[in-house]
Amino acid sequence: MTNLIISTIAQGLLWALLALGVFITFRILDVADLTVEGSFPMGAAISAVLITMGVNPWLTVVIAGIGGMVAGAVTGWIHTKLKIPALLAGILTMIALYSVNLHIMGKANISLLRMDTVYSAIHSMGISNAVALTIIGVVVTVVVGLFLFWFFGTELGTSIRATGVNPQMIRAQGVNTDSMIVLGLLLSNGFVAVSGALIAQSQGFADIGMGVGTIVIGLASVIIGEVLFASSSVVRKLFGNSSFVLSLVAVVFGSIIYRIVIATVLYLGMPPNDLKLFTAILVALALSLPTWQGKFRRG
Amino acid sequence: MLELKGIVKAFHKGTVNEKIALRGIDLRLEDGDFVTVIGGNGAGKSTLLNSIAGVFSVDEGSLHINDVDVTHMAEYKRAKYIGRVFQDPMLGTAGNMQIEENMLLALRRGKQMGLSWAFKENERELFKQQLARLDLGLENRLSSSMGLLSGGQRQSITLLMATMLKPEVLLLDEHTAALDPKTAEKVLQLTDELVKEHHLTTLMITHNMRDALRFGNRLIMMDNGKVIYDVRGEEKASLTVQDLLERFEVASENTLSDRMMLG
Repeated sequence: MTNLIISTIAQGLLWALLALGVFITFRILDVADLTVEGSFPMGAAISAVLITMGVNPWLTVVIAGIGGMVAGAVTGWIHTKLKIPALLAGILTMIALYSVNLHIMGKANISLLRMDTVYSAIHSMGISNAVALTIIGVVVTVVVGLFLFWFFGTELGTSIRATGVNPQMIRAQGVNTDSMIVLGLLLSNGFVAVSGALIAQSQGFADIGMGVGTIVIGLASVIIGEVLFASSSVVRKLFGNSSFVLSLVAVVFGSIIYRIVIATVLYLGMPPNDLKLFTAILVALALSLPTWQGKFRRG
Repeated sequence: MLELKGIVKAFHKGTVNEKIALRGIDLRLEDGDFVTVIGGNGAGKSTLLNSIAGVFSVDEGSLHINDVDVTHMAEYKRAKYIGRVFQDPMLGTAGNMQIEENMLLALRRGKQMGLSWAFKENERELFKQQLARLDLGLENRLSSSMGLLSGGQRQSITLLMATMLKPEVLLLDEHTAALDPKTAEKVLQLTDELVKEHHLTTLMITHNMRDALRFGNRLIMMDNGKVIYDVRGEEKASLTVQDLLERFEVASENTLSDRMMLG
């Protein structure tokens, strides 16, 4: 049971990278980017193929991240230069990546059983698999969280945030909003691909279909974090004015809470096949929360 | 110095909805000219300001700011020469961001945004000083979200942001139209103060003829995509609202007869 709880939290931390990527596009840039459905398995594919070739597992994660960044940049280019709406641009890249990912993997599924992964080094020190996952999860999440806090506090990061809030205002300050959008998408999909690589290594395989529904999982984490964590008055007091730090922490917590919810409903006997339906309903309910609250208030 | 030569701009070109918004604008503003712009709806006032700002490219003519040809320069690139305040108070500032964040972005207008930490303690002092002159108590609320402020407060901050780095040209597009009369007056007074203090070359669109006469050293009236009246100095100072109304009537009669002839 403890093992189940620990590995659930570990899963939440690894998926938190995906959620942070979705947070960058959905909350900071204010676009729903579906590229993640392709860049997540792309990260898994790159990492898995390279591991089977004997490349250092950490290096494969970095290369996976670069692959994801390229995918994000492509979406950004389609959106800003070809003037195709962001949602559609993401769908186009996502579909294209399905073929690309098949090319990378050469087949639909690659097993990583008995191969070196980022976890196996820790695991071989006699630490249980679940704890190894948690250690890696904590380290990577903290590093990425600190990077995001730093980056979005720089002039460039602040400009990206302003682009999402009010493009006209930031253009008037001399910032090329197109470049900011491309940069944001690039960064986001980089983290999503890293998440894909780490998840693939943790579950011992990469699969062409593992990207299905990732955008919804990411959104669920972002929204659960906002609703259950960031809006709590105790938490708000704790973070004072640093609302950006709060948002980042909320996303990570949202991802962990989401995993706990999923583990719980599975434990209670929900058929795994219904998981995506369940998640979709959960996200739809959470997203419509403001509307519901408005209805209740009006009576 | 701002110089426009033969600026022509049409929208929906080549369709039945074609609308020629500017029909050859020649205009030269000397340094420190504070020009108020008046004219009826659809006269081309906003189109004029937007062409200067580079929101869209013009069809014909040339645009120079201090002898730099900006005719084909992208909007974000020419922003380094231009300070802007929009009609909608929500447009000039980023609502979900702090007052401080908005101001520090404005302080870097036209500069390359790099990877250095955006928040600097010495700049905070500058922001506080700037905000203190508004007399709205905002100097102690640097980390407040812009979205919590009223339209008048936001418009005042936008004005500070547009002038903090001295712009070569200040463009004000009916920036007090969405405010209540009392707030509008405060913002106008602040505008006048800032323009005089920094000796700013300014174009200010207004619907209020009294304001157009009260402020600035020069006034232009636009109609149907053209500047139909350009008056400055003593002559402007002696004008009355009645004079302007008569000019308007003459102008609109002319356009009316033009349209009847064409029809």
